[in-house]
Amino acid sequence: MLSFIARRLGLLIPTFFGVTLLTFALIRLIPGDPVEVMMGERRVDPQMHAEAMERLGLNKPLYAQYLDYIGDLAQGDLGESLRTRTSVWSEFLTLFPATLELSLAALLFAGTLGLTAGVIAALKRGSLFDHGVMGIALTGYSMPIFWWGLLLIMFFSVNLGWTPVSGRIDLLYDIPPVTGFMLIDSLLSDEEGAFVDALQHLILPAVVLGTIPLAVIARMTRSAMLEVLREDYVRTARAKGLSPARVVFVHGLRNALIPVLTVFGLQVGALLAGAVLTETIFSWPGIGKWLIESIGARDYPVVQNGILLIACLVILVNFVVDILYGLANPRIRHQR
Amino acid sequence: MNASTEVPVIDQSLLYPSPLKEFWQAFAHNKGAVAGLLFMLLVVFCALFAPWVAPYNPSEQFRDFLLTPPAWLEGGQAQFLLGTDELGRDLLSRLIHGARLSLMIGLASVLMSLIPGILLGLTAGFFPRLLGPSIMRLMDVMLALPSLLLAVAIVAILGPGLINTVIAIAIVSLPAYVRLTRAAVMGELHRDYVTASRLAGAGLLRLMFVTVLPNCMAPLIVQATLSFSSAILDAAALGFLGLGVQPPTPEWGTMLASARDYIERAWWVVSLPGLTILLSVLAINLMGDGLRDALDPKLKNAV
Amino acid sequence: MANCPRLLIHLLLCGALAAASQTFAASDDLVVCTEASPEGFDIVQYTAATTADASAETLFERLLAFAPGTTQLIPGLAERWEASVDGLNYTFHLRHGVKFHSTTWFTPSRDFNADDVLWSFQRQLDPQHPWHAQSLRGFPYAEAMGMAALIERIERLDDYRVRFVLKHPEAPFLADLAMGFASIYSAEYADQLLKAGTPERLNSQPIGTGPFVFERYAKDAQVRYRGNPQYWQGAPALQRLIFAITADPNVRQQKLKADDCQIALYPRPVDIPALKADTALQVLELDSLLTAYIGINTRHPPLDDVRVRQALNLAFDRAAYLRAQYGEGGASLAVAPYPATLLGYNEQLSPWPYDPPRARRLLREAGHQDGFKLSIWTRPGGGPTNPNPGIGAQMLQADLAAIGIQADIRVFEWGELIKRAKNGEHDLVFMGWAGDNGDPDNFLTPNLSCAAAESGENQAGWCDAQFDALISQARQVQAPAQRAELYRQALAIFHEQAPWIALAHPKQFSALRREVKGFVLSPMGSNNFARVTRQ
Repeated sequence: MLSFIARRLGLLIPTFFGVTLLTFALIRLIPGDPVEVMMGERRVDPQMHAEAMERLGLNKPLYAQYLDYIGDLAQGDLGESLRTRTSVWSEFLTLFPATLELSLAALLFAGTLGLTAGVIAALKRGSLFDHGVMGIALTGYSMPIFWWGLLLIMFFSVNLGWTPVSGRIDLLYDIPPVTGFMLIDSLLSDEEGAFVDALQHLILPAVVLGTIPLAVIARMTRSAMLEVLREDYVRTARAKGLSPARVVFVHGLRNALIPVLTVFGLQVGALLAGAVLTETIFSWPGIGKWLIESIGARDYPVVQNGILLIACLVILVNFVVDILYGLANPRIRHQR
Repeated sequence: MNASTEVPVIDQSLLYPSPLKEFWQAFAHNKGAVAGLLFMLLVVFCALFAPWVAPYNPSEQFRDFLLTPPAWLEGGQAQFLLGTDELGRDLLSRLIHGARLSLMIGLASVLMSLIPGILLGLTAGFFPRLLGPSIMRLMDVMLALPSLLLAVAIVAILGPGLINTVIAIAIVSLPAYVRLTRAAVMGELHRDYVTASRLAGAGLLRLMFVTVLPNCMAPLIVQATLSFSSAILDAAALGFLGLGVQPPTPEWGTMLASARDYIERAWWVVSLPGLTILLSVLAINLMGDGLRDALDPKLKNAV
Repeated sequence: MANCPRLLIHLLLCGALAAASQTFAASDDLVVCTEASPEGFDIVQYTAATTADASAETLFERLLAFAPGTTQLIPGLAERWEASVDGLNYTFHLRHGVKFHSTTWFTPSRDFNADDVLWSFQRQLDPQHPWHAQSLRGFPYAEAMGMAALIERIERLDDYRVRFVLKHPEAPFLADLAMGFASIYSAEYADQLLKAGTPERLNSQPIGTGPFVFERYAKDAQVRYRGNPQYWQGAPALQRLIFAITADPNVRQQKLKADDCQIALYPRPVDIPALKADTALQVLELDSLLTAYIGINTRHPPLDDVRVRQALNLAFDRAAYLRAQYGEGGASLAVAPYPATLLGYNEQLSPWPYDPPRARRLLREAGHQDGFKLSIWTRPGGGPTNPNPGIGAQMLQADLAAIGIQADIRVFEWGELIKRAKNGEHDLVFMGWAGDNGDPDNFLTPNLSCAAAESGENQAGWCDAQFDALISQARQVQAPAQRAELYRQALAIFHEQAPWIALAHPKQFSALRREVKGFVLSPMGSNNFARVTRQ
């Protein structure tokens, strides 16, 4: 098992360097430079422009810039945003909990609902419920979520007034950031009603972001469950006269969860991509919006290191899923 | 051998049906897939004959009819069946012409990622020592970046536009094909027929393209359908972020993005393009499900 | 598994609760829905209006101020001032007893005095100043205004008197000192930060003398201030001021209607009629110092031909453009580079009419009866001068097609657009200019002079010797009547030569809840909440 983990870890190193190279190259290939963007509607004269580029170290040859970058990384220095002059790490730390909170809420929504629906659909294969769930799942899977978000806002927030339009909490609640998770911070603060308010703000974005994972998980659970229910050990368990619930949950679901787990892993990247759109629609102050804006503003350090951090996160989650998968399935572990 | 000249009475039910017929029967068995196919045929028809089907030129601006509601609503005009947009352009015509673009984007980006994806995947499968791992690491790197962010970055480099949207989507969906092809190739390489062909003296290229590749096609075709639909979604998402196909080209996502400002006053400019995207993508996915069931029974019930 | 139904019920419950619950804001709190996160709070490093609102208007003050809602100068941190006859020496008498903010991170030991004024300017002007190199971005506003070339030196006469010595007389100098980049910082605070080795806090934990004290900032979410109880003009009525950062104008509008915020800045002009119709709301509007225009690249044939440029002006249906872009009454049609309220506006000029046949005739005369190809350049996201760039470019494209000119639209991010336009790669480019001191020269020299054509900032690349001579002369003349006459002549040349398609002078709007009082729009586009009350 340890050698399996070591082998997987070994694979991460070239991937990590590949990502640094890719992000470094990507942002520099984008035309336009940060100095002009910084100046906004005002325009710069060439001499001032050259001075500013020099101050920012952007006049050095590319390889030197890359070495600077790797050197800084090695020292744990992620640099400063060119726009705001705050460190990329601290910006990431303030924004990331919002994205994480949203993503976890979305996964919770997708996971619970998707697993339940998938299991029931598998058990009642061919029933109206099964067809209905699979139809809805496929529709959810085909949903342009930016449009879905707009529709939900129109209906629930604007027409019915049930949920707030945007943001993480009503700003009249004065919630000092402790953990960065609004749900937790609102409980820690002594503001009354803040938690419920934060929850209300979270519902729609989480539903929107969770829609596609929900569809995927429901479909995956159903098919994994069907597969497992055909297996010999399930048949044996049934034959032994175990209660149907015990067969389904202990023998069936536990084994069906393995493929579902990998889907969870694969969905992390998709979830972050979806977060970009969801955050845009709901004015959710997370990293998706931050990165898109930074690309627009040619904010090199933010794009480079922000994307790097996200990539590391994706790599890490997939690594953990890999390991879990290996734990659950010895055949994978011994494969070379 | 039996040299009899009389025509034997053949029990039709014992005959192995032709692959095409078998495929069609399996496909037609899935009602959703047939519905999807019918809807897609309609979309393809609209796309092919857009100039004749659409009532107006999609870029013609009727400046006296800004944001006219659909015909059945109060204030609607019979001449603009689905209403007009913020510049007074006929929405129906734009949606019809948009079908062209979306199909083209889907098709082009699938081809542009399928072909290099297969080549890289085959290479990776056939050279498992040095080339293969390097290719796979490169794909890992690409997979580590969330697809939409990567696409945004690529569009930022190339500049927004139709072709660049296609390129960005193609690049982003490349790793899936490479991985899939490689996995399929690895699975086939140790089969007896490959060994036989190798012993018979088949060259590398022949082994790759004639012997192995055809046996890996089923999952690739299914993946191609899936990425066709996700290409349409991605293009729309890029358009929505203002980075996709540029106006006045009537791409569905771009239409949605510019209509977003009018959501409270003119629901139709937002709802209709979104609904069109949803229906088309759903239709393709339904077809994809049917294709998978028909082509690759092994994959049946997988996601 | 088991908690799933519970979760569902919970979700449903929350929906129902939300319908019932209503937050009531205390009347001494104000939430303002703004457009973008401030880039930072050290205002001299930045130029964006949203950044200025969050720092220069709330936290800081300057020697002089603009009287609310006007471009008229009034005393600020300087009680009075006198200028020498030659216009080279300005002496400022500073206000006594002005206190810097007391916060958890800084307690001032002394009142505002001359040291603070010197620090605030020397930091930007003197390359040897210990704080000069702290700004990686430089000091874009002061640099763009050419302050280093204007100010010879600044002398401290005593604790409460400061003298500025200029290199040459400059009429708008006093107005410059009322602008954001001339904000006065606490030298004492800066010294402390430098000693502690935390100079970046100047940007994240700002200290000023202004009506509000900085509390907390969460990027892309909110900025929180509290009223400054020691404010020398009297503590503001607001206990708390909160900026809710809301990028989408639709959302700002929805939040305003839901009373989630009481002021929504930058509403879209096209939404104004609906906002006005809502009885719970009020809409403020003001003619601003904005000009929207299309620069015609006169270096690219056939655009070097004045007949072609006139034809473009005649071909574009600007009335329809104004209607679609700014809504009914959202902007006035532009004829000249600056609005009619400024000095030297030429009333005799009449706007180019929408007359495609005449445009075609002119093209024929110029030998272009078969038309030609052009590129139209614009940006992706809207701004005050161009709220919806997409539809504007498409309307121009359609109108040009009607006179046989085929145009394709190219969209570039702002930074790239400016860079390429400066290189003169465009044919037609949608641009805007925001005047910031109400002087006609502020519109003409940066955009239309020969020097600007040289540097590329004159996107038309238009260098007309006569026009250039007139505006240079007007810069040096002091007598307003004489200046006005020179500008009138210059504008006539501009109009006839048509280096631009002048589009519009957009109005500025803000939407507020009806109970909000005391908020006025500023022609400079800044937003100040010091005098706002809620009833």
